[in-house]
Amino acid sequence: MKKSSTTVQEPPGAVVHRTTPPPVWQPRTDPAPLLPDREPYRVLGTEAAGDVDPELLRRLYAELVRGRRFNAQATALTKQGRLAVYPSSTGQEACEVAAALVLQERDWLFPSYRDTLAVVARGLDPVQALTLLRGDWHTGYDPREHRIAPLSTPLATQLPHAVGLAHAARLKGDDVVALAMVGDGGTSEGDFHEALNFAAVWQAPVVFLVQNNGFAISVPLAKQTAAPSLAHKAVGYGMPGRLVDGNDAPAMHAVLSEAVRRARSGGGPTLVEAVTYRLDAHTNADDATRYRGDGEVEAWRAHDPVRLLEHELTERGMLDRDGISKAADDADAMAARLRDRMNADPELDPMDLFAHVYAEQTSQLREQAALLRAELDASAEPADDAPGQGGTR
Amino acid sequence: MTTVAPRAAGSAKAAKPATMAQALRQAMRDAMAEDPTVHILGEDVGTLGGVFRVTDGLAAEFGDDRCTDTPLAEAGILGAAVGMAMYGLRPVVEMQFDAFAYPAFEQLASHVAKTRNRTRGALPLPITIRIPYGGGIGGVEHHSDSSEAYYMATPGLHVVTPATVEDAYGLLRASIASDDPVVFLEPKRLYWSKSQWSPGAPATVEPIGRAVVRRPGRSATLVTYGPSLTVCLEAAEAARAEGWDLEVVDLRSLVPFDDETVVASVRRTGRAVVVHESQGFGGPGGEIAARITERCFHHLEAPVLRVAGFDIPYPPPMLEQHHLPGVDRVLDAVARLQWEADS
Repeated sequence: MKKSSTTVQEPPGAVVHRTTPPPVWQPRTDPAPLLPDREPYRVLGTEAAGDVDPELLRRLYAELVRGRRFNAQATALTKQGRLAVYPSSTGQEACEVAAALVLQERDWLFPSYRDTLAVVARGLDPVQALTLLRGDWHTGYDPREHRIAPLSTPLATQLPHAVGLAHAARLKGDDVVALAMVGDGGTSEGDFHEALNFAAVWQAPVVFLVQNNGFAISVPLAKQTAAPSLAHKAVGYGMPGRLVDGNDAPAMHAVLSEAVRRARSGGGPTLVEAVTYRLDAHTNADDATRYRGDGEVEAWRAHDPVRLLEHELTERGMLDRDGISKAADDADAMAARLRDRMNADPELDPMDLFAHVYAEQTSQLREQAALLRAELDASAEPADDAPGQGGTR
Repeated sequence: MTTVAPRAAGSAKAAKPATMAQALRQAMRDAMAEDPTVHILGEDVGTLGGVFRVTDGLAAEFGDDRCTDTPLAEAGILGAAVGMAMYGLRPVVEMQFDAFAYPAFEQLASHVAKTRNRTRGALPLPITIRIPYGGGIGGVEHHSDSSEAYYMATPGLHVVTPATVEDAYGLLRASIASDDPVVFLEPKRLYWSKSQWSPGAPATVEPIGRAVVRRPGRSATLVTYGPSLTVCLEAAEAARAEGWDLEVVDLRSLVPFDDETVVASVRRTGRAVVVHESQGFGGPGGEIAARITERCFHHLEAPVLRVAGFDIPYPPPMLEQHHLPGVDRVLDAVARLQWEADS
């Protein structure tokens, strides 16, 4: 059946286009309440600060100071070779601390590799939290015991896990919320989009926290996305997007608490973008001077989360020099304990290499385990010409 | 090995021969009925019952929460299953077609396969990943890949593929019951193969990882699995006319690999041909041939040969018959096993 190559003819009897209106179509939701505010939400230095529970402010301050000291200590441990790597969250402590504090014990935290501080602020033994980065095993704790997923090194891949877990909890009738953390670079990954879409479709009780710290290693946000903000991405999935000053600890706590409350009460997921800054390099292997100037870093130092809260507390007479010193001393003591413990060599059993690949070792792994066992035994035996150890003839 | 008596299929027609698709469905149905933590998720698995109808009726019987139509996103499907497993569920995900599973590969390789290991046994992930695979049904591109080598090359996964209706039931039950992730490869050209086993009949559920001799023989061993089993059985019948008495070993599980059954067979026969339809280069046959050679060198009368698909992207359907190893190609390889007499 050949047709003219220049004109498209309607087949006989076909409905002529546009003489009847198309079926009614409307967007399913009014996007207005989903859109984030134009400016990041702030508490410190605003009237809202007066409404924050003083106890919460004090707790946030203590945690921020400890977190800052933890970052410094862990960074020092990389220089001493005690940690293979440490992705510092210096400058982002307000995000880390708030993420941990807004969760109930039964809730789950899904951290990325930079979120050691959130894991520690949730109450996990710091040595267990640093196991991955020390290199003695991949995860140093039982995720189900602490309700903390393993620190995820692949970007954004832990977000669908948070959705699946929250969904499963809700199916079971449990009042559990999952909070998943990701960086600005991670928002470009496919798993980020799939996780948000699943969460919105399932109305899963999940909070997605994007820490927009300005750079994905060296690539600035402007080369990462053309979106007005990362929080704006939420509207496309049908969930609220919230923009918050990531260096303002009470603002972070308020926005995340509200998102957790919404999730727990059946309101579905929220995407929170925390606008913050990574004051240190990506890791100790990175040279941040190649991609950003001192002026930019200094401008952000003036917006340091610890100093911002310290200023607020001092202004309101809730903190004086003694209080500042005491917080610093407490943090130093924590760091000293951590240093001591990290200076002990971990005891590793090479046979663990085969212990947890499958529930039951395959015959192939049993053979390989026997090979390693034999190698270990051979290397443990003294050489023939070695001096005897007290044997008598 | 356990024998299970599944619930009756709900009709008096249970005596009719069952297809592999029905056996797979019955396996999921029985697993779901016995264990409320078993959940199915995937694209089209609910209302439609799967594009191959393997999950037909499960959403109606167990509800949308137990058999869930998901957004069309394979990484999201498998990633969500990881989280569900973390919370104590036993997800069974469907990837619809072999090549559609590739977007989920990062979840599979970086999380599903490794999580038990990276948490030192604290967090096992009992996930079954059903993937209809292989060609021979006239599918257009991206619908006929044999991707088992990728999964075999990923430590931490079990890789299982049934070739019979009975095994489809038994292996899927075993996979769902496994505390480890299982990539369950369903040979889609065998979906409509039938046997006298019927839904509701007692079935055998063995631990995964055991090969089986489908046809005993003395002159050579054909080592195969999944869609190529029927080819090998047919070749074995045809070879009788040439005086060859071929033994046919169905691996059933590629990981773990049943060295014992394969080695015992090849030591008996002294000759082996590995037959599969995925590519030969970097394909499963190379690993299998190497294992046989390492363990049977002094028993072998000829090199271990491979009959595999060509090393090409899966061809368009009108050419696939030239790519898929058929009976003649297997028989040619068997003839080459007389190499020492000729050389």
